[in-house]
Amino acid sequence: MEHIRTTKVEQVKVLDRFSTSNKSLTGTLYLTATHLLFIDSHQKETWILHHHIASVEKLALTTSGCPLVIQCKNFRIVHFIVPRERDCHDIYNSLLQLSKQAKYEDLYAFSYNPKQNDSERLQGWQLIDLAEEYKRMGVPNSHWQLSDANREYKICETYPRELYVPQIASKPIIVGSSKFRSKGRFPVLSYYHQNKEAAICRCSQPLAGFSARCLEDEHLLQAISKANPVNRYMYVMDTRPKLNAMANRAAGKGYENEDNYSNIRFQFVGIENIHVMRSSLQKLLEVSGTKGLSVSDFYSGVESSGWLRHIKAIMDAAIFLARAIMVENASVLVHCSDGWDRTSQVCSLGSLLLDSYYRTIKGFMVLIEKDWISFGHKFSERCGHLDGDPKEISPVFIQFLECVWHLTEQFPQAFEFNEAFLLQIHEHIHSCQFGNFLGNCQKEREELKLKEKTYSLWPFLLNDQEKYLNPLYSSKSQRLTVLEPSTVSFNFKFWRNMYHQFDRTLHPRQSVFNIIMNMNEQNKQLEKEVKDLESKIKQRKNKETDGVPTKELLHSVHPESPSLKTSLCFKELPVNDALRTIEGSNSADNRYSDYAEAFSKSEPAVVSLEYGVARMTC
Amino acid sequence: MEFAELIKTPRVDNVVLHRPFYPAVEGTLCLTGHHLILSSRQDNTEELWLLHSNIDAIDKRFVGSLGTIIIKCKDFRIIQLDIPGMEECLNIASSIEALSTLDSITLMYPFFYRPMFEVVEDGWHSFLPEQEFELYSSATSEWRLSYINKEFAVCLSYPPIVIVPNSIDDEAVRKVATFRHGGRFPVLSYYHKKNGMVIMRSGQPLTGTNGRRCKEDEKLINATLRAGKRGYIIDTRSLNVAQQARAKGGGFEQEAHYPQWRRIHKSIERYHILQESLIKLVEACNDQTHSMDRWLSKLETSNWLTHIKEILTTACLAAQCIDREAASVLIHGTEGTDSTLQVTSLAQIILEPRSRTIHGFEALIEREWLQVRKAGHPFQQRCAQSAYCNSKQKWESPVFLLFLDCVWQILRQFPCSFEFNEHFLITLFEHVYASQFGTFLGNNESERCKLKLQQKTMSLWSWVNQPSELSKFTNPLFEANNFVIWPSVAPQSLQLWEGIFLRWNRSSKYLDEAYEEMVNIIEYNKELQAKSI
Repeated sequence: MEHIRTTKVEQVKVLDRFSTSNKSLTGTLYLTATHLLFIDSHQKETWILHHHIASVEKLALTTSGCPLVIQCKNFRIVHFIVPRERDCHDIYNSLLQLSKQAKYEDLYAFSYNPKQNDSERLQGWQLIDLAEEYKRMGVPNSHWQLSDANREYKICETYPRELYVPQIASKPIIVGSSKFRSKGRFPVLSYYHQNKEAAICRCSQPLAGFSARCLEDEHLLQAISKANPVNRYMYVMDTRPKLNAMANRAAGKGYENEDNYSNIRFQFVGIENIHVMRSSLQKLLEVSGTKGLSVSDFYSGVESSGWLRHIKAIMDAAIFLARAIMVENASVLVHCSDGWDRTSQVCSLGSLLLDSYYRTIKGFMVLIEKDWISFGHKFSERCGHLDGDPKEISPVFIQFLECVWHLTEQFPQAFEFNEAFLLQIHEHIHSCQFGNFLGNCQKEREELKLKEKTYSLWPFLLNDQEKYLNPLYSSKSQRLTVLEPSTVSFNFKFWRNMYHQFDRTLHPRQSVFNIIMNMNEQNKQLEKEVKDLESKIKQRKNKETDGVPTKELLHSVHPESPSLKTSLCFKELPVNDALRTIEGSNSADNRYSDYAEAFSKSEPAVVSLEYGVARMTC
Repeated sequence: MEFAELIKTPRVDNVVLHRPFYPAVEGTLCLTGHHLILSSRQDNTEELWLLHSNIDAIDKRFVGSLGTIIIKCKDFRIIQLDIPGMEECLNIASSIEALSTLDSITLMYPFFYRPMFEVVEDGWHSFLPEQEFELYSSATSEWRLSYINKEFAVCLSYPPIVIVPNSIDDEAVRKVATFRHGGRFPVLSYYHKKNGMVIMRSGQPLTGTNGRRCKEDEKLINATLRAGKRGYIIDTRSLNVAQQARAKGGGFEQEAHYPQWRRIHKSIERYHILQESLIKLVEACNDQTHSMDRWLSKLETSNWLTHIKEILTTACLAAQCIDREAASVLIHGTEGTDSTLQVTSLAQIILEPRSRTIHGFEALIEREWLQVRKAGHPFQQRCAQSAYCNSKQKWESPVFLLFLDCVWQILRQFPCSFEFNEHFLITLFEHVYASQFGTFLGNNESERCKLKLQQKTMSLWSWVNQPSELSKFTNPLFEANNFVIWPSVAPQSLQLWEGIFLRWNRSSKYLDEAYEEMVNIIEYNKELQAKSI
């Protein structure tokens, strides 16, 4: 690679970001075409994908070397100290180049090779089939049809080819409406609630300005409301704050005038735009990354970042949507400005509240494919896959994941998947390792020939399914229920396991979740073996004379099958020991810096005391 | 019976009870000497039994002739009673007010309570200092039991039997007592078997402004040091506060007189500052309408989690001195009755696996908080009122609740290292403020003797330690380990104790179900393992 000048630097130190002492780990840094790799003296490897690097910073030279701070999009922050400035400079320059690619073709996904043949690759891409999904919802039906209007991306470039619209919406109406909507994103079906016969539809803002109207658009909305046989009133949810929507009117855009549309109820829900969200997250991370943070600085920082307020606003909007359908049986049309950020958040979360299918592993993938990928959430721009406009980057999808996490906290049994699943998906929206999230809309993805040149993430996640299963998931009790989360402020918490996922010192040392997960796995295995045993007993019973009580038989069988017994013991032995190990007992653990401070403040003479290591002592 | 005078209206029909997350219940309200009872008559399960002593404050208001009493409990629950008839309502309200603020301890429920269970093990005799000492004496001969305080002759504030260094005779101890606040000379709080280091606690030294010293005091604590080793004195007050204490005759150990000791000042708040913090926190938690910003700002300004962090940090520091530095520690504040106990007991939770078992934790509470009652922790004063009081008495302070909260924080970070569960901690919290048991009654040893608590009341532990009750308090994930467990004290790792503070403010249905499911999986696992072996 032309960008790499130094491939290996020895004697590199890594500082803990929260440590106040200068305790560090020493190791060797390697630079490859795709990753930065650090191997410490305990042979522990830290792999950092170039695409994950959000920023590289070279700090002023110190006596111990040249500090290099790398911030990653998955919230990992590493602080290297490179002994020689020249090496540091080389690596710095290489990383700057490698972390920002100009062309899609240079992204990892195009070189990533998981050793699959073409048919396996294709099968992987066919795992999620949206036509199947609409069928599951019950469309097409007598009220909703598949429209071929956008088959060649002629009406809207950022929509998928296949769109579902009301049966009575003719092509001229669709075309007319699309001309009246920002980026041609006219109202289409996002989710159909079979029992209620009510629909969630989505679109972009109307080009209404101060007085413009469009009969076709009005007809299309009316068609949507008529497609609901139970309630003729429909809601139009503008997910923006009213002020923003009004400002858009001056630019010839804006929102629906209730007088022009029959049977609509118009509602603003006040979710802020991508720029506000970007700086909000930035502030949150600044606060949570502070060394020696006090409790009150933490909470006032979380407050002033506004992050949780935004999360609550999104959740409230989704609840409003779900209630309109469940309580009032009304269809809802959701839009924001372009209809690919806030609209995706609200439609997908609303569907998740309404339909338990989306709370399964497969269903969640479908939901992301439908409301985010196919409807043109601009993943590449929002995640900054390519070197582009930094103002287009925004944590819109992360907010969606965080809302889902909050739901899993309130409803621990309602989701088939666990937190690790959400974290893994977050990892891969930035990794550019799989094709799913590359590009900004379906048309672009087809042009990139992603299905031929890259792999789909979903089959790999499904393959690893047992890692992502929620052991407490109860498909029976919550299958049919609509989730009604509480959005009282105290329910919203800082998502430590996301924003500090690599700061193990801040995590609980024993994970209840992992124990239960492993135990569940073990139960399945034991169940099988008990079954085997029982069937063997049965067999024997059949062979032997009648009248021998089963219990006795059980005893008599056991000594005779030592192989079985040993295999069992062997399998279960590690579980109890390994299950409850206390994590993070390695020497890199620096959490005690907090207490050490006390020494340094009152008694400078005692600073030499080393409190960096949290070794478990027996 | 005196109670009859206080109960003006013993019974009212058609009273409606409102509780959050439950449908309203109509029934008959009865007042007894110690309880407020609401029975719906149709269905016996819908009953409310509330100890008067659990009532922190009441509000009343009227709409026409319908009166409403809002009862705010010390466990932070708020319930509402709609009582038809203005007179009845006023009578009930004034009776409750009188009954919930009885002056005489002997009129309190523990003196009337007759247990419905058979006492297998009398909790009053479960934790004797001699037994505790036996645990140490097998490991070390450096310490001895001293009966010097038999008639409270030396120190009114200590139990009759204390543990002191072997090399110090009773005469010296007597002198040291005069040099320490409240006569509280340094005594053994914890012995770390792994390296023989100890945690001692005491009252502040009475150095005064002219820097008084006491050779015996120096000798006593030096006796706990190994040759050439240093020890640490952790003063739970800031240097400033400690300096000010000199004006009142108190003070801190001068470097010149204690050259083998390093003194570290931490600032753990005490008294009404903590009470105000609690009041603010509970107020914030009770308001469901707060916007996100307001909630976060209220949570922050309550400072509750700041106090938690400060206490935990100090406890970790003490534990670190012992385990990492192999240095002995002396801990004191002013009297050594509040923050000192928080620190000594939490340090033991961190260091000593035994204190993470149910029995060990009970022993810890007895040892650190109860048996040194006289100037140990004055529960009666500290817990007279809770978050809804407006009396602002200096001595009311949620010191013990803060301790329990800190234990909960560690439990959350090490969910498999404790034999007890969150429910156990919540139960202790409830019984500290209102109980049928005598364990947390009274402020001091002489009061306790006069009250004859052991003879006249039941110990909480007698009830808790029955097998049927124990199972409710047992953590299904517990697996004993011998580790020292170091909690994280970063703000991102500390959490609001929802089980206490949001208990009445949100429905816990789904969380409870999930917990049950977890227990089921564990039980099933045990069952399968038993089957397959």
